[in-house]
Amino acid sequence: MYRYDEFDATFVRERVQQFTGQVERRLAGEITEEQFRPLRLQNGVYLQLHAYMLRIAIPYGTLSSKQMRKLGFIARRYDRGFGHFTTRQNIQFNWPQLDEVPAILEHLAEVEMHAIQTSGNCIRNTTADQHSGVAKDEIEDPRVYAEIIRQWSTLHPEFAFLPRKFKIAVTGASNDRAAVRVHDIGLRMLKNEAGEIGFEVWVGGGLGRTPIIGTALKPFVEKQHLLSYLEAVLRVYNQLGRRDNLYKARIKILVNATGAEEFARLVEEEWQSIKDSALTLPLEEIERIRQYFALPEYESLPDWTPEFEAARKANPEFARWVQSNVKPHRQAGYAIVDISLKPEGGAPGDASADQMDIVADLADDYSFGEIRVSHHQNLVLPHVRQQDLFALWQRLSGAKLATSNIGFITDIIACPGLDYCNLANARAIPVAQRISRAFSDPKRLAEIGELRLNISGCINACGHHHVGNIGILGVDKHGEEFYQVTLGGSSRDDASIGKIVGPAFSTEDIAGAVETIVTTYLGARTSDSERFIDTYRRIGIDPFKEALYGNSQARRPAAE
Amino acid sequence: MSTQMVTANRLTDGMVVYLTKQGDWATQFSAGAVLAGEAEAEAAMADAAAAAKQQLIVGQYLIDVLVDGDGVKPTSTRERIRADRGPTIEVDAGSWTGRIGASPNGE
Repeated sequence: MYRYDEFDATFVRERVQQFTGQVERRLAGEITEEQFRPLRLQNGVYLQLHAYMLRIAIPYGTLSSKQMRKLGFIARRYDRGFGHFTTRQNIQFNWPQLDEVPAILEHLAEVEMHAIQTSGNCIRNTTADQHSGVAKDEIEDPRVYAEIIRQWSTLHPEFAFLPRKFKIAVTGASNDRAAVRVHDIGLRMLKNEAGEIGFEVWVGGGLGRTPIIGTALKPFVEKQHLLSYLEAVLRVYNQLGRRDNLYKARIKILVNATGAEEFARLVEEEWQSIKDSALTLPLEEIERIRQYFALPEYESLPDWTPEFEAARKANPEFARWVQSNVKPHRQAGYAIVDISLKPEGGAPGDASADQMDIVADLADDYSFGEIRVSHHQNLVLPHVRQQDLFALWQRLSGAKLATSNIGFITDIIACPGLDYCNLANARAIPVAQRISRAFSDPKRLAEIGELRLNISGCINACGHHHVGNIGILGVDKHGEEFYQVTLGGSSRDDASIGKIVGPAFSTEDIAGAVETIVTTYLGARTSDSERFIDTYRRIGIDPFKEALYGNSQARRPAAE
Repeated sequence: MSTQMVTANRLTDGMVVYLTKQGDWATQFSAGAVLAGEAEAEAAMADAAAAAKQQLIVGQYLIDVLVDGDGVKPTSTRERIRADRGPTIEVDAGSWTGRIGASPNGE
């Protein structure tokens, strides 16, 4: 894992000192809330519905056991015993006191963590494939470049006040697990015809009130030119992006208004002027960073582990968990374990301090002390010996961490919604809970197969509803919560934005509507292996409309 | 005529608070002063602005409340959730038993 160098450690320490002074001045009345607000946001402190909220960066979703234990300690000592893992692979605490935030930041600095650039109109935490470094379908570990981007973008003076926030995601695998097409910039590593590895650059994707799948801006950028190319994109955006209208300030609006071709030309022009500058990445520097991400010293093991196979045969519940939560590893005899933070009736992405400690212990015992956070709000143990899987599963079961539902309808992405968030119009967590209870039968889950369901409590779409195969958006109608359903979204290689199926459903009816959608799918699919999204794309939205609203309403225009 | 109440967050810890008849700030919604009419609302907001200047509270605003036989309650879902001082869901905080004066589902 990456370790702070002297420069990183110094600037984080200085930042803690600076913010401590700012909090003191705010509490003493030397600065007003208006003056303080941008300062606290730059340090990840929001004021939410019930209290302050602190968002802590987890660069590219990689955590050590020591860092996870520290998060558990913070949850226990400074919060209310739990935290919430987010779709940007970060963690949020819902109840910190402002006067204690400086102490929390000091604790974080001890384990090389901070909350810088987790808010504000700057380049946010760069996200990456949660299976980076270990996935079988990987070309190269994208975290090396995510770390280089982190170093370049952290406190980058030119990009501290962009027109709006800016999110970058990187994948190094052939299957996109990082949703690169719905980011401001998405980077996909690939091999060109000459066999060199570089980046396909996507730009202008995003969700929110104007959901857009990104545009392929450049088919291949060499590694050494990655930063100059990113700088060129950011520079064009920083100069031309709209600052007069909050809702039109993201890069996706600029790309659309300028036209993809013209935007690409502007970037190219800028790039040519800075391409061979100090931003060129020396290959030795890339190698130096790569050393931090060197794989652990694996044992030489056969890919067939008799005790694992025997346990799988003897215990159907374990077999089910293996089927949904364990993924093939590039190293023979090892496996990647996805830990679901979506238990039946739970709040998606939430983990208690106890669970954080347990995951840290399990990482030490079984995964070389390493943990990942996925943008689906789950955790990952990336290096588990197959022979340890059964023991690991037993220990996870004892901590309510062994739900077998990765990629299934109950592996729900949900924002905090109106239970916590100041911007929300409706609650998201109770809807997720109701759906997770309705689909709790593990056999039925497996029968339904891969189906992504995402819920947002408002149009800002933090719950990624637009790219859920089934998306649910909470809306407020005259003071009452209603839920609008979209179908056909995807954030993967076949990325698409879901379509509104019809008028919104009440709180009481929404779980039933999901049930109807699933039943319609099961009745229409040609085989057990035809996924929901494939069936939807084959038969279209009408059969679902008909099932939900009846013939008379199938042709009704969609509600707002 | 609409009835209102002034709410804000406490500066030091962010807790939701309501302006009381006595002019102080309570975490209990039921302790909030019900304001009838524009003049009362304006005067209360002036008190709130003064409290904000003294670093007691932050982000003050007026909410609509309904007064009927059952008592006083906020009219919007959002404000009802705030008044309950925590999420509407059961929070799983494991073995955590709390800081003094705090629990997973509100104070």
